[in-house]
Amino acid sequence: QGARAMAAGGRGWFRALALGVSFLKCLLIPAYYSTDFEVHRNWLAITHNLPLSQWYYEATSEWTLDYPPFFAWFEYVLSHIAKYFDPQMLVVENLNYTSRATIFFQRLSVIFTDTLFIYAVHECCRCINGKRAAKDILEKPTFILAVLLLWNFGLLIVDHIHFQYNGFLFGLMLLSVARLCQKRYLEGALLFAVLLHFKHIYVYVAPAYGIYLLRSYCFTANNADGSLKWRSFSFLHVTLLGLIVCLVSALSLGPFLVLGQLPQVISRLFPFKRGLCHAYWAPNFWALYNAMDKALTILGLKCNFLDGTKIPKASMTGGLVQEFQHTVLPSVTPLATLICTFIAILPSVFCLWFKPQGPRGFLQCLVLCALSSFMFGWHVHEKAILLAILPLSLLSIQRAKDAGIYLILATTGHFSLFPLLFTTPELPIKVLLMLLFTVYSFSSLKSLFRREKPLLNWLETIYLIQLVPLEIFCEFIFPLTSWKQHFPFVPLLLTSVYCALGITYAWLKLYISVLTERTPVRQKAE
Amino acid sequence: MEKWSLMTLTVLLALTVRWAVSLGSYSGAGKPPMYGDYEAQRHWQEITYNLPIRQWYFNTSDNNLLYWGLDYPPLTAYHSFVCAYIAKLINPDWVALHTSRGYESQPHKLFMRTTVFVADLLVYIPAVILYCFSLKETSAKKKASTCALCILLYPGLILIDHGHFQYPLSLGLALWAVLCLSHDWDLLGSMAFCLALNYKQMELYHSLPFFCYLLGKCFKKGLKGKGWALLGSFPWALLGSFPWALLGSFPWALLDIIITDCLFILFQDKVANIWCSLSVLIKIKNVISPRTQLKLSFAVTFLSLLPACIKLTVQPSLRGFKFALVSCALSFFLFSFQVHEKSILLVSVPVCLIINEIPFMATWFLLVSTFSLLPLLLKDELLLPYAVTTPAFLAVCLASFSILEKTSAEDLQLKAFSLSLKGYVSWFKSFPRIVRSLFLLSLALMAVLSVLSAAVPPPRRLPDLFPLAVAVVSCLHFLLFLLYFNVVILWDSKNRGQKKIS
Repeated sequence: QGARAMAAGGRGWFRALALGVSFLKCLLIPAYYSTDFEVHRNWLAITHNLPLSQWYYEATSEWTLDYPPFFAWFEYVLSHIAKYFDPQMLVVENLNYTSRATIFFQRLSVIFTDTLFIYAVHECCRCINGKRAAKDILEKPTFILAVLLLWNFGLLIVDHIHFQYNGFLFGLMLLSVARLCQKRYLEGALLFAVLLHFKHIYVYVAPAYGIYLLRSYCFTANNADGSLKWRSFSFLHVTLLGLIVCLVSALSLGPFLVLGQLPQVISRLFPFKRGLCHAYWAPNFWALYNAMDKALTILGLKCNFLDGTKIPKASMTGGLVQEFQHTVLPSVTPLATLICTFIAILPSVFCLWFKPQGPRGFLQCLVLCALSSFMFGWHVHEKAILLAILPLSLLSIQRAKDAGIYLILATTGHFSLFPLLFTTPELPIKVLLMLLFTVYSFSSLKSLFRREKPLLNWLETIYLIQLVPLEIFCEFIFPLTSWKQHFPFVPLLLTSVYCALGITYAWLKLYISVLTERTPVRQKAE
Repeated sequence: MEKWSLMTLTVLLALTVRWAVSLGSYSGAGKPPMYGDYEAQRHWQEITYNLPIRQWYFNTSDNNLLYWGLDYPPLTAYHSFVCAYIAKLINPDWVALHTSRGYESQPHKLFMRTTVFVADLLVYIPAVILYCFSLKETSAKKKASTCALCILLYPGLILIDHGHFQYPLSLGLALWAVLCLSHDWDLLGSMAFCLALNYKQMELYHSLPFFCYLLGKCFKKGLKGKGWALLGSFPWALLGSFPWALLGSFPWALLDIIITDCLFILFQDKVANIWCSLSVLIKIKNVISPRTQLKLSFAVTFLSLLPACIKLTVQPSLRGFKFALVSCALSFFLFSFQVHEKSILLVSVPVCLIINEIPFMATWFLLVSTFSLLPLLLKDELLLPYAVTTPAFLAVCLASFSILEKTSAEDLQLKAFSLSLKGYVSWFKSFPRIVRSLFLLSLALMAVLSVLSAAVPPPRRLPDLFPLAVAVVSCLHFLLFLLYFNVVILWDSKNRGQKKIS
């Protein structure tokens, strides 16, 4: 009865979902927050008090402004609301300043800017064709997609507990994806260009955007067999795209170019002085590489191949961002990671060019770009996995194969975020939210594809189930053992290495499925 | 989706909300010298762990009864003892005799919150789940979990248990009792109820319906044979659950405490009952002597209880039993002595049980009951969770029961009543619309009063203006609800009879 009423209410369920998650976010206001809270408070203070020319030079706090100019402007706008809450938080010298009003303001600013994300999810849901019309509202693909995006575990804990502004940034990205799916190319390009100047990490997925726009917008027609028709090249479209990108960049970087500060801005944005891995190892290829190095070192010491006195004593996951020397394997330079990333991205881009499959191909390429750069990037944060998980949600509800990959990637990716919240009061929250999201994604996708073969094979199931004992060991058993004093980093190491296996596997599986996919017959039928 | 995965999601969501609320403040946080209920519970742990069992209820040099003396029945004491044992394992300072008074720290808060969380998870939540699965009307598989979602997200209980600080054990046990009775396991049911009673004497609010229902059931089975056997077995159930509660401590001392504690105070704070509300007009406390007050309140309570109880004894039915639980508890809350704001939960939990039968009225009542707790929650700095969970609950009820479309007389179970009035009342056609606008009006009123009490400092000459306003408004609501529930109970079987005839 309730479901019927909800269906009658049309999009009423969407409002209920969005409202529900917003209430949950409000409940999390008193929860723990990380140093990112101070980072953003500092940026509020910098942009509020200093002239533009000082923004990228100010260094009172160690958390200097290292986001592109649009984000600085965003903080500037926020600071003009913040002054009504507590003017003290806008003083640059007030390092680590907190007050109840400050916390409220900062948390609420995240919750309110998330409305853009909610709108973007709404638009994405509209792009999904409702062919698989289900009687039950809970089994509608759009409903499932809305829950997977709005209630995404990673976004909830990273934004609303750990504290960051990813919500509205992902909102911009999803909105641009939705616009591209709706064939409103210029709008999509504009949104993505703006997004790039909010946070430059999205440059990792820029190849997908560039190639897709070039292929589907700049070339207006295909040959009958789906290959490119070179003559259909449209100069007008290229000019329009170029104009948009240049205008947005001019708006963002122009003032600094005039001030002659561009090199300073760039050096702040790309701090290659930081180490290969973040404080917590993101579960990527380099985590495996580092672990291999450690294992070889220990092995070498045991068998006396190595001289123990010459080995630098560096605890790799001590919590500080630092450079790290490998002992056995060759050390990795930024250039090497760049080349690896480039090589990893290349096939997916080629695939997008030569086997265009419309929005689906674009999304696949987007996810592959994000994942490949996550695998091989320099100083990757574990939060960057969201860049792959969120767009993959869009694919997961369309095909059983992608749904299986999504389940592996989302579960391991989200699990790898656990070390972000290390305080005891937040332990139940993160476990409960994770269970909530995981149980939902498994049961809903399973019921959505119940006519097809099982989403996961036995090996994948075993792998995912073993996350439970791993968590129990890391959070409950390990602190009781005597190892805690000598090897405090073991839980982090185990978590990132174990998750790295799953994410690598998901990456390879997705890559193989994309590369081996034939040019669909479906397109010809259309 | 599967029935069980939906239920799992419901429970996980409810648990998440509970833990998120528990991140906030608690009763008496950082307020020496007396602190609040949190300190009371901690103090009981200290007492039960360190003192021999026969000193628990007596004033000794080690046990100052004026400082949060143990004034709940023995089962509470045993529960405190178990908790204290675990506390001792973690940090002995938490329950050290004398020195631990007013102990507050982040780890200790975490421990206390966990004990409530575990109690909730083990007793209250399973009862709710099983109850929702046992509902006969659950034809659609989804309905059980929507019903459970609404019951588990009821903000009043969450805020009091996980915010203010209280254990949901007595209510959970009472729920188990109702559950057992609805499966016709009368003995188990009465045992569970006795346990509830032994946890908290406030459960007496529910005792009359239990008694009347079981008595009526015995009569119905015939005074010969089976009925008598059933009746005869209840004392054994009572005995089965009491002795281990009475084992150590002396019952008379306990009784003494309860009586001295309860008598001679008509009401303490600004409670949404009739005496407090009347005191706006007349200062009853000054006009009538305490003894007359006692008699008066006893008489009024008894009279208000009578119709529902007689009806239940004569025609015992499960449905009537649930409604009687609500109306009797509400009568006690409104008219009896020594009422605490939190006692409204004793009414709310039975109301939760009938939320699938009268979703509109139940939601309304649950919202008002949460609102009546507002002064208490403001004192505990729980405004944020209150302001979040209450609209969330309303939204959940709106989405899952679409309550605004269920305001006709039939949906409110007033069909029989309205038929008997039809000749006299001409405005009957617009009844649903009137009810709906009344609901919206009351919502608006509650919202405005909430905002005022939270944001506006009261005028200097009337410092209690807002709490009093909240109490009076809620009391008026409760009176109407009492009337409504009694009407539903009394006209109930006529409805059935007509159905049978037609």
